[in-house]
Amino acid sequence: MEKANRYKPVIGLEIHVQLSTKTKAFCNCSADVFDLEPNTSICPVCTGQPGALPVPSMEMFELGVRLGLALNCKINRYSRFDRKNYFYPDLPKGYQITQFFYPLAEHGFLEVEGKKVRIRRIHLEEDAGKLMHAGDNITEADYSLVDMNRCGVPLAEIVTEPDIESPEQARIFMEKLRSILRYIGVSSGDMEKGAMRCDANISVVDTLTGKQSNKVEVKNMNSFRFVEKALEYEYERIVEHLEKGLDVERETRGWNLSTKTTVSMRSKEEAHDYRYFPEPDIPPVVLDDEFIEKIKATIGELPEQRLKRFVESYGLNTKEAWALVEDKEIGDLYEEAVKKSGEPKEVANWFLTELFRLYGEYEKEKLFVSADTFVEVINLIKDGTISRNMAKDVFQESLLTGKMPKQIVEEKGLKQIDDTALIEQIAKKVIESHPKEVETFKAGKEGLFGFFVGQVMKELKGKANPKTVNEILNKLLRN
Amino acid sequence: MEERVLNSEEFKKLTLREAIEFAKSDDLGILVKRALEVIEKEDKILNAFISVNKQAPRGVPIGIKDNINVQGIETTCASKILKGYIATYDATVVKKLKENGFSVVGKTNLDEFAMGASTEYSAFGPTRNPHDTQRVAGGSSGGSAAAVASGEVVAALGSDTGGSIRQPAAFCGVVGFKPSYGLVSRYGLVAFASSLDQIGPITKTVEDSAILMNIIAGKDENDSTTVDRKIDFTQFIGKELPRMKIAVAKQSFNDGVEEGVKGKIDEFIKFLESLGHFVDMVDLDEIKYSVATYYIIAPAEVSSNLSRFDGVKYGLRVSAEGLREMYERTRGIGFGDEVKRRILIGTFTLSAAYYDAYFEKAQKVRRKISTKLNSVFEQYDFIVTPTSPIVAFKIGSVSDPLVYYMMDIFTIPANLAGLPAISIPFGKVEHLPVGIQIMGPRFSDAKVLGFADYIERHLGEKGA
Repeated sequence: MEKANRYKPVIGLEIHVQLSTKTKAFCNCSADVFDLEPNTSICPVCTGQPGALPVPSMEMFELGVRLGLALNCKINRYSRFDRKNYFYPDLPKGYQITQFFYPLAEHGFLEVEGKKVRIRRIHLEEDAGKLMHAGDNITEADYSLVDMNRCGVPLAEIVTEPDIESPEQARIFMEKLRSILRYIGVSSGDMEKGAMRCDANISVVDTLTGKQSNKVEVKNMNSFRFVEKALEYEYERIVEHLEKGLDVERETRGWNLSTKTTVSMRSKEEAHDYRYFPEPDIPPVVLDDEFIEKIKATIGELPEQRLKRFVESYGLNTKEAWALVEDKEIGDLYEEAVKKSGEPKEVANWFLTELFRLYGEYEKEKLFVSADTFVEVINLIKDGTISRNMAKDVFQESLLTGKMPKQIVEEKGLKQIDDTALIEQIAKKVIESHPKEVETFKAGKEGLFGFFVGQVMKELKGKANPKTVNEILNKLLRN
Repeated sequence: MEERVLNSEEFKKLTLREAIEFAKSDDLGILVKRALEVIEKEDKILNAFISVNKQAPRGVPIGIKDNINVQGIETTCASKILKGYIATYDATVVKKLKENGFSVVGKTNLDEFAMGASTEYSAFGPTRNPHDTQRVAGGSSGGSAAAVASGEVVAALGSDTGGSIRQPAAFCGVVGFKPSYGLVSRYGLVAFASSLDQIGPITKTVEDSAILMNIIAGKDENDSTTVDRKIDFTQFIGKELPRMKIAVAKQSFNDGVEEGVKGKIDEFIKFLESLGHFVDMVDLDEIKYSVATYYIIAPAEVSSNLSRFDGVKYGLRVSAEGLREMYERTRGIGFGDEVKRRILIGTFTLSAAYYDAYFEKAQKVRRKISTKLNSVFEQYDFIVTPTSPIVAFKIGSVSDPLVYYMMDIFTIPANLAGLPAISIPFGKVEHLPVGIQIMGPRFSDAKVLGFADYIERHLGEKGA
């Protein structure tokens, strides 16, 4: 039996998502802290001053409920906070306010490659601060500094059931989730900026014996690619243990970016007792139906629904459609261009080839792109003003400079030359000055036809309508 | 000339109502000046204050328990661990007092983090009882009670988690009121047990407590456990009352209660009856579980609430090689024995293996005690007990924590059930004051104050 068929990975994810609220979870400090100087968005509450008390933000509940609904969860009307107690310098109160006993939402799912990955729970909690070590790493640092800007920023923790069947599927799940987060506006979902963080649990089942390995938790995977890579590595490591008949230790391991391996962080025996108990400073929050219905009404079309619609209405295949749907802004732009041009396939081609190529080559934020850019280039080709090849250059220039395609064509005099008399005059000149090539061509070397086309185009600086050039050369050389 | 308007002896006797009146034309700040003079003289012996604000602006002089933040002034909680911590903001109650013309003349002594019943657990030494300086002032708000009783300040704020306002008020012969949970903001009160803590007044008269309540109570957007209820706490002050039905807890005559105190309860019952009220003995058997319940719930919350004192951000830091060692040394040196005892108990009862057996069970018993008390209020207007089973004891005479904890037997139930409760002086046993506790249903605070005021007035007439 082949290894991949015999050993099946069983994967569950725990994902922390930073909610894009205006204020922090339990105080009025701004929650938009990514680019700030250390300790500039802080107050007595989020720095754990003696006597300060948390007051929950209703906006956090709004975003949490919206997320729960988008992931098909049951929203719990009775919501309560609990304290998770542990000591660490980035945790100013010595406990984190979270929802342990009564999560905000439960029993949802997210469809990945036609498979429903069940969501066990979604709960709200506050983020901790950030440590900066004066040295290369924590063990060699002389001292460490604490930045409390992130303390109290609201998070939603999403916990899946162990329904994910491969490291690749884990990555796709994350991509789908990020797409949803952006569609419903609850988070930027930016893993590089820490707005989305992922821990994974993985065990492996030996289908031959029916035995399942212990569960290993993997942390520190700060990009979609690393989620897949780390889980692939961990799968191989566990399988190797199983094949040697060794026990897989129940532990927490961290993905090491430089070695591309996972490294043990702590074993189960060292696991914390967090001494959870109900947060006495915050009375339970009861969400009424009206509150939930109102939020339900604000959830627009979700990516999965849009994907289906794109396939059905625009004649795209699923892969093409997902590329256009995944990012909400791109999807919106595409639809606007389709609406204005009436050319779904043609617009899709421009997105999938030219636009995405330029996104790869340049910084996205620095490119000027609007629906009209697509409409204009498509029309310029359609009415014969410029060739498809010219259009690509014009499109690129438009995105880089912000000038509209029509304007570029006019300013540069890029209009395609379609003057039959002029083209014929040039063609005759080319033929006269290349008697040898004409002889060879006429002797049967058909491949030389392209040479003549090239020469004519060269004389006309590439602006001639290639169709007309072809026709005229055909007439002159083949008759 | 103005100096003769109010001398120190007159100042000492001043009620809050009188002081507020005086303050209206006190341009020279005589009230604060007198307070600082009296404190200077009396506190050498009493040790009621941890810090004195010599720069206090003019206004009505008030003492604030040193676990309530006053911006720019050190908050110590009578603990070494907060050494040097200057409060970065005003507690809501302090903000309100300042807005109403009060002047904080000092921070009063307490048992460390308000854990104790004698102020003997203060890192700054015990407060002495003005009625007998060999004895304790009670606690944990012992500094506030002694300061009011000795006339150092006109009024003071305390905090009450299991009796910490009422018991020292009883020991010092003044009025102490614990409001219904949720009426007074806890924002800026250094948390001991969040679900039980409540700030309240310690004053010379019941009316003064009602006046202070009108100022400090109210919904606070910085404390989500506060409730939105508009109450005029003075509405029954000075009023005659119809015939009341009063339940005296049978447990007031239990073994642990001193004979002298039992005698005063007997006397109080006769006094009420002589005024035409209906008095019944009611068996509150459930309250025997209240001390055990309290000593599960309160330490659990303590173990979490005191985690923030870790040497990282403020207060004491005892440096060490590693992080864990820094935590251990800072907290080991910074906290006193009683605080450590409660952190240990709470850490144990919240641990995953014991949570159900202790914390969860205690929560259930807490609800049962509430239910029992509420059912008594379906038939009676008030429940009466002694505030403390004993009178002020000699400093250093009690060392067994369990004996200590049992002193709270009558005061704890009001905290567990969130009820309003007041302690008012009712004569003395020998030279030591005895306090009577009156409890009412939740949010009947104005009525409890009204009834206490009524008793105070009639006592004055009868000269009990």
